[in-house]
Amino acid sequence: MHKISFRLLGLLAAGFLASAPALAALPIQNWKQASGAQVYLVESKTIPMVDVRIEFDGGSRRDPATKSGLASVSAAMTSKGVRAAGNQPALDENQLGEAWADLGAGFGGDASEDRMSFSLRSLTDPKLLDQAVLLASRQLAEPSYPADVWARERDRISNAIKEADTRPGTVAAKAFNKAVFGTHPYGYEPTVESLAAIGVEDLRAFHAAHVMPCRAKVSVVGNVDRAQADTLVQRLLARLPQNGACPALPPVPEVSALAAPAVNAIPFQSAQAHVFIGQPGYKRSDPDYFPLLVGNYILGGSGLVSRLSDEVREKRGLAYSAYSYFAPGMHAGAFTLGLQTRPDQAAQAIKIARDVVADYVAKGPTAEEMKAAKDNLIGGFALRIDSNRKLLDNVAAIAWYGLPLNYLDTWTQQIEKVTLAEVRQAMARKLQPDRMVTVTVGAAPTTAAR
Amino acid sequence: MKHPLRLAVAATFAALLCTGVPVRAQTPAPAAAPTVIKTASGALVHRYQLANGMTLIVKPDHRAPTAAHMVWVRVGGMDEVDGYSGLAHALEHMLFKGTDKLGVGEFSKRVAAMGGRENAFTTRDYTGYYQQIPSQRLEDVMALEADRFQHNKWSDDEFKREIEVVKEERRWRVEDNPRSALYEVISGVTYLASPYRRPVVGWMNDLDAMKPDDLREFYKRWYVPGNAAVVVAGDVDPQKVFQLAQKHYGSIPARAAPARKPQVEPAQAGIRRVEHKAPAEQSYVALSFKVPQLRSFDASPEADDAVALTVLSAVLDGYAGARLDRGLTQGPDRVADGAGSDNGLWGRGPQLFTLDGIPAPGKTTEQVEAALRGEVARIAREGVSEAELQRVKTQWIAGQVYKQDSVFNQANELGRLWAQELPLDAGDRIIDRLKGVTAAQVQAVAAKYFGDDQLTIGVLRPLPRDPNARPRAKPTGVRD
Repeated sequence: MHKISFRLLGLLAAGFLASAPALAALPIQNWKQASGAQVYLVESKTIPMVDVRIEFDGGSRRDPATKSGLASVSAAMTSKGVRAAGNQPALDENQLGEAWADLGAGFGGDASEDRMSFSLRSLTDPKLLDQAVLLASRQLAEPSYPADVWARERDRISNAIKEADTRPGTVAAKAFNKAVFGTHPYGYEPTVESLAAIGVEDLRAFHAAHVMPCRAKVSVVGNVDRAQADTLVQRLLARLPQNGACPALPPVPEVSALAAPAVNAIPFQSAQAHVFIGQPGYKRSDPDYFPLLVGNYILGGSGLVSRLSDEVREKRGLAYSAYSYFAPGMHAGAFTLGLQTRPDQAAQAIKIARDVVADYVAKGPTAEEMKAAKDNLIGGFALRIDSNRKLLDNVAAIAWYGLPLNYLDTWTQQIEKVTLAEVRQAMARKLQPDRMVTVTVGAAPTTAAR
Repeated sequence: MKHPLRLAVAATFAALLCTGVPVRAQTPAPAAAPTVIKTASGALVHRYQLANGMTLIVKPDHRAPTAAHMVWVRVGGMDEVDGYSGLAHALEHMLFKGTDKLGVGEFSKRVAAMGGRENAFTTRDYTGYYQQIPSQRLEDVMALEADRFQHNKWSDDEFKREIEVVKEERRWRVEDNPRSALYEVISGVTYLASPYRRPVVGWMNDLDAMKPDDLREFYKRWYVPGNAAVVVAGDVDPQKVFQLAQKHYGSIPARAAPARKPQVEPAQAGIRRVEHKAPAEQSYVALSFKVPQLRSFDASPEADDAVALTVLSAVLDGYAGARLDRGLTQGPDRVADGAGSDNGLWGRGPQLFTLDGIPAPGKTTEQVEAALRGEVARIAREGVSEAELQRVKTQWIAGQVYKQDSVFNQANELGRLWAQELPLDAGDRIIDRLKGVTAAQVQAVAAKYFGDDQLTIGVLRPLPRDPNARPRAKPTGVRD
C-alpha cells in the first residue's frame, strides 16, 4: 500500500454536495414505537438486502473500573447461544452459527466507548428475512451466556491481550490512553485481571440493565418501506422486556483536562519506535465540531496531503504514516498524533511533529489550505454515503447523537461556512501544545528522553 | 473544474503533426464494439480494447453520483528477480512523485481537490492505483492517471527519501510483525523456483541496494498499454467512458509488453519444515499444501479440484461453528485459541491450501498441526454432509448480493480478474461451479492433496522480549 487509509475516526460523514446537481437527498424517516424505541429509516430499494443497527447506551464508558471489558463481552457473548423460549429450543453457539449461515445472513454485537451495537444484514426475500428477524430477536433478548463458553472465551481473549502486549504499538497505545484519560472510563483497558473478575452473572446483569426497547436507537437502511421497517423493528425488539419508559442511567463524569505535559519513554526492543502525542479533545456536541473537522483535515487527517504527513514523511522520509485525529463522543475523545519510525530517528520525528502542531495552533491554516480542505470535504461528500453500509453508519450517528434529520442535507453548507478564523480559534481552544503527553515505545534511549 | 493536462495533450498532437505522423493517428478510432457481459445481478460489464492494446472495463451502477477509477498493471512481485526484490512496490510509491508536468505531491493534492480519495497497492501478481471520486470528475482523474502512467518522473534525491519510507513500511509490516515474518520465511522454502518466494515489499538488503535507475527501467519495461487495464465502476455511461479513455489513455504509444518466461515451481517431493523465532507470547503454526489452481473455466480435473478445495475450506472454516471451530477451539481440552483455513484458488502463480492455528496454553504447535490434519483426514474418511454443503453454497450466493453494495469492491474484483487473466464474469461463473460441487468431490480432494509430499510447515517459536534491551543496531547503509 502506498499509504495508510484516511484517518477519519470520529468524524461524522454527511451533508449534500452543494454544487452537485441532481443529487436528491435520501430522506431519513424517524418515529417512536410504543416500546419507546426510536426508529430511523432510509429506504434504499435497488439491492434486495437490508442492514439494521440497534444501539444502546451500554458502551465501555459504563464498565465498572474493576471489570473493564464487560460491555464488549456482554455484546459479543450473545453469539454464543440462546436459551429455550416458548416452543423454540435452545441453540448452542454452533447451532446459532449454522443457523445464520443457512440464512445467508449475519447478526452480532459489539461495544465501543459509548454504544453497545447489534448489527443485522439479511437478504429481503420475505421467507429468509422473517427467519433472520426471529433469530436476531432471540439472540438479542435471550442469550444463554453459558458459563463454560465464557470461561473459554475469557481465556482466549486474555491470551490475545498478552500477545498484543508483546507488540510495541499496543504498549504505546495503552500508555497513551492512560496518560490522556487518567481514571475516566474512556481510559479503561480490558486486562487479564479485569476479565477474570467478570462472571456470567455480570454479563446477564449488564445486558438486562442496558438492552431494553425503551433505550434502543434503531437504524434501518435497505429494501424495506416504512410499514415493513416498523414491523421488522417491533419483531426484533418484541422478546425484550417491554417497560415503556426506562429509568435514567447514572451520569458518567467528563474527561479532565491535562494539568501538565508528560513524557513517557518506554524502552522496547523493536525495529520501529511507536510515537503518540496528544491530549483530551472535544465532545461530539461541541459547537466547534465543523471548524475542528476542517482544522484536523489540514493538520493530519488528509493522508499524504496533510501538514504532518508532508513534514514527517514526504519531506524527510522518516515514517510510513504520520497522522492526527480527534475522536469525539459522548465525552471528549483523545486528540491523537501518531507515527512510527526507526528508533534512532524518533527524537527527530517527535520534534518535527511537535513543531508542526505548535505552529498550526499558533498561526492556523493558510487560505490556500482552507480552500483545499473545503474542496475535498465538500466535493467528496457523496463518497461518504454511496453504499448502504456507509449510509447506515451516518444514520446511526444521527440517531445516537440526536442530530437533526436534515443533517446530511446541510453538511456541505456547514463545511462551506467555516472560516479560517474559526478554525484557528477552535484549534487554539482545544489544543495546548505545551501540555500534551508524548509516549514513545522503542525509541533509542539516548535521544528519546527529552 | 480543472483540466490540468488538456493543453498538454493538445500540444502533443501538434508535435505529432509537425513530425509527419500519418493523419490517421489523430482520427478517432471507430467506436470499438464492447464485449458486454451480463452478470447474475443483471448489471452489465462492458469491456473494450483500445487501439494501443490497453483494456477498458466499465460497470455502471447509478445508485450514487460517485465512481471508482482504477488502473491495473499486470506486474507485481512475481516479475522481479533476485537482488531486485521490492521493485514493483517501490515503483508504486514513486508514481506519486511527479511527472513532466506535475511536481512532487501534486497528484495527491489534485485528487484531494476533486473531493477524491486515492491510494495504491502492490501484490505478487499486480499493481493497482485507484481514485474514488464524484463521478463528474472522472475525466480529471483519467487525465492525471494517464499522465503518470507514461510520464512518471522524479529526482534521485526524491527516491532517496521515499525508499526510506518503504523501509519503514517493511519494518512495520514484517520486522515487527512475527506472523508476517514467519510467512516470509515460509514462502522462501515453499517455493524454490517460483518468484513467489520473494517478499513483495522486498528484502531489506535489496531496498538498501536499490538504485533510482532500477525503478526507472522497471517502469519503462512494464508500464506499457498492453500490460494494463483501466476499470471504472459507478455512475457513468460506458460509451462516454470509452470516449474519455480513448482520449486520455488511447494516445499512449503502443509498446510491446516484455515476454514472460515460465517460472514453474518444480514438484515438491517431501515435507519441508521451517521455524522462525521472534518476540511473541503465543506460538503459531501454518501448514501450506501445494494444490492446483483455477486458470480457466474449461473443464479439467485440475479446475474441478481447485473448486472442490474451495468448498472444502469453507466447510472447515466458512462460518462460526464450522469444523475447525468445533474440532480445535472448543471444549475443556481444546487444542487451539484460533484455527483457520484458506484455499488460494486462483492467481498468476502456484496456489496453496493453508491451514493455521494458535495453540491454546499448554498445547504445542505439533498438537495443533495434528488436529488440523485430523479434521481434513476425517473428511477424507467420512465425507461431508449435504447440510454443510448447502450451507456454504447459501452463504456464497447471499454474498453475491451483498457485494453489490460497494462500487469500489466491484471495480476491485473486475481488475483483479483481469490481472489474473480470468474472464470478467468469473465471479458468477465460480458460484455456478461451486454450486455444482458434490460431497464426493470434497471428500476426494481431502484425500488427494493433504499428504506430506507437497507440504510446508512453518512454526513461530516465541522468544521472550527483554524489556530493557536496547533497540537493535542501526541497519547498515541507511542514511542519517
